[in-house]
Amino acid sequence: MSSVHLDALSVSYDHSVALSPFTSEVRSGEWLCLIGPNGAGKSSMLRAIAGLVPHDGAIVIDGVPLSIRSARRRATLVAYVPQSPVMPDDMTAFEYVLLGRSPYVSYFGHESRHDRAMVANVLERLDLVAFSSRQLGTMSGGERQRLVIARALAQEAPVLLLDEPTSALDIGHQQQALELVDRLRRENGLTVISAMHDLTLAGLYADRLALLHEGHLVAMGDAATVLRAETLSEFYGASVTVHQHDDGTVVVIPRRTLQ
Amino acid sequence: MSVRETTRRTWWTAIALGVFVVAVFLGVMIGPAGRVSSANWDIIWNVRMPRVALAGIVGATLSLAGASYQGVFRNPLVDPYLLGVAAGAGLGATIIFAVGRDATSGWPVDPLPLVSFIGGLVAVMITYLVGAAFGASRSSTSLVLAGVAVVSLFTAIQTFVLQRNNDVIREVYSWILGRVSNATWGDVRLVLPYVVVTSAVLLLHRRHLDLFRVGDDEAASLGSDVARVRIVVVTAATMGTAAVVSVSGLIGFVGVIVPHAVRLMAGASYRRVLPLSLIVGATFLILVDIPGRVLQDPAETPIGVVTAFFGAPFFILLLRSRKAIA
Repeated sequence: MSSVHLDALSVSYDHSVALSPFTSEVRSGEWLCLIGPNGAGKSSMLRAIAGLVPHDGAIVIDGVPLSIRSARRRATLVAYVPQSPVMPDDMTAFEYVLLGRSPYVSYFGHESRHDRAMVANVLERLDLVAFSSRQLGTMSGGERQRLVIARALAQEAPVLLLDEPTSALDIGHQQQALELVDRLRRENGLTVISAMHDLTLAGLYADRLALLHEGHLVAMGDAATVLRAETLSEFYGASVTVHQHDDGTVVVIPRRTLQ
Repeated sequence: MSVRETTRRTWWTAIALGVFVVAVFLGVMIGPAGRVSSANWDIIWNVRMPRVALAGIVGATLSLAGASYQGVFRNPLVDPYLLGVAAGAGLGATIIFAVGRDATSGWPVDPLPLVSFIGGLVAVMITYLVGAAFGASRSSTSLVLAGVAVVSLFTAIQTFVLQRNNDVIREVYSWILGRVSNATWGDVRLVLPYVVVTSAVLLLHRRHLDLFRVGDDEAASLGSDVARVRIVVVTAATMGTAAVVSVSGLIGFVGVIVPHAVRLMAGASYRRVLPLSLIVGATFLILVDIPGRVLQDPAETPIGVVTAFFGAPFFILLLRSRKAIA
């Protein structure tokens, strides 16, 4: 259980600003979803929190700034799932998930019996035991996505960063993957920060949405507050109809102009 | 790791060690002077044994270094030669010969391996920087092409230096061709310290190389200090390569063929690929050195010729089957 405090977090690449100072508190166990058009700064924010790009401002987890943590210690606090993870065809599923234990292994050391037991346990929880010695190249998109989540889970980090976790999946596997993240979040008390393109799914699973546009935060709140037709038209240039169901579900439907 | 995986690893290690022992035996037994007997014990001990030892050390080091370069650069096609390490080491050695071996004979440490090492390191750094600059995500082909360019450049400089110093051409060419065929225990003693350090450092980093397989970003997000590990591994692999090249001359393709064969047998995890490459590499070069002794008896066929004869077609096959990786 860990809260994430982002204090004026900003990212620049060679003088061009990818993310303007962003301040927010993500509560322990909360799911914050970043939305916004391509190039809005969603990935930059996630990469900054994961420690992969230089940034200004502070990222504070449970009261301690990440900048004073070593790379290994940081990896025990934050697990990062990139948009298109590198999955070597000739690596086995077990070897892949075992990589998640790296932050707990000393520089010249090897994974302990405990680390291996932990990986076996994660594979079992995610129904992946049958795939344990299969090579990644022989697995389907949905199975691979579950493995990526399994690796992040083996990392035992309380904060999970997901960059477009479902963009390559069909609707069934999208739902399975997000249900899995949601279940793990509740069972393990994970704090989740994700970037997503599918606004309906984003509104369905996240507690809070943050709409970014050209690096600036332009709207933040629950699905009903952020996902409004005029807001989406202004920042995405999209013509959409927004339906709100009685149970609070917000559905975003693109509108065809020529009838 | 499942029980099956562990068993598989044990089996391959046992088989590799068994074949290695057989290779050493054959290497000692076969030669123009015939089988072992009390009459030719001197030939066995002073001619064939150092030769087998040196071939084993060279094969083991080139294979281990090749596998390690493939790991840190995430590219199954690179080896010490394609990256320009050998050309850089060759240039370093040429400069030392041009300065004059007489001038350096009084030095406490022989500068030849050291300067070869520096040349090799400079070459591999240039290859890496150029390859990374052109291939946004360091695609396999851009690194190989950068290696080709660096090899040409260093070879050109070497030719230039040689032209200015005609008197050392013989020395340099006999260095390039190597002296596995007339190896002495002195050669073995010269390279052994470098090779031991290299092997220890590389083997200690085999877990890190598995982490590199998911790319720089993900390795970093899993807590790896990617830049530092890459520098340590490249430096160690280059040191070993330069040291063995300084006694064996140019022997290409071993660093590609052996790790690739090991991957086919025992899986792609570097935890297995590195130690097995060491054993299989030694075995391979000891065996390949045998036909060279008897093919054109009494003349020697250089070991580099034999490896290139098998290696070049193999490399082309590998390139074909790996079309998709670039």
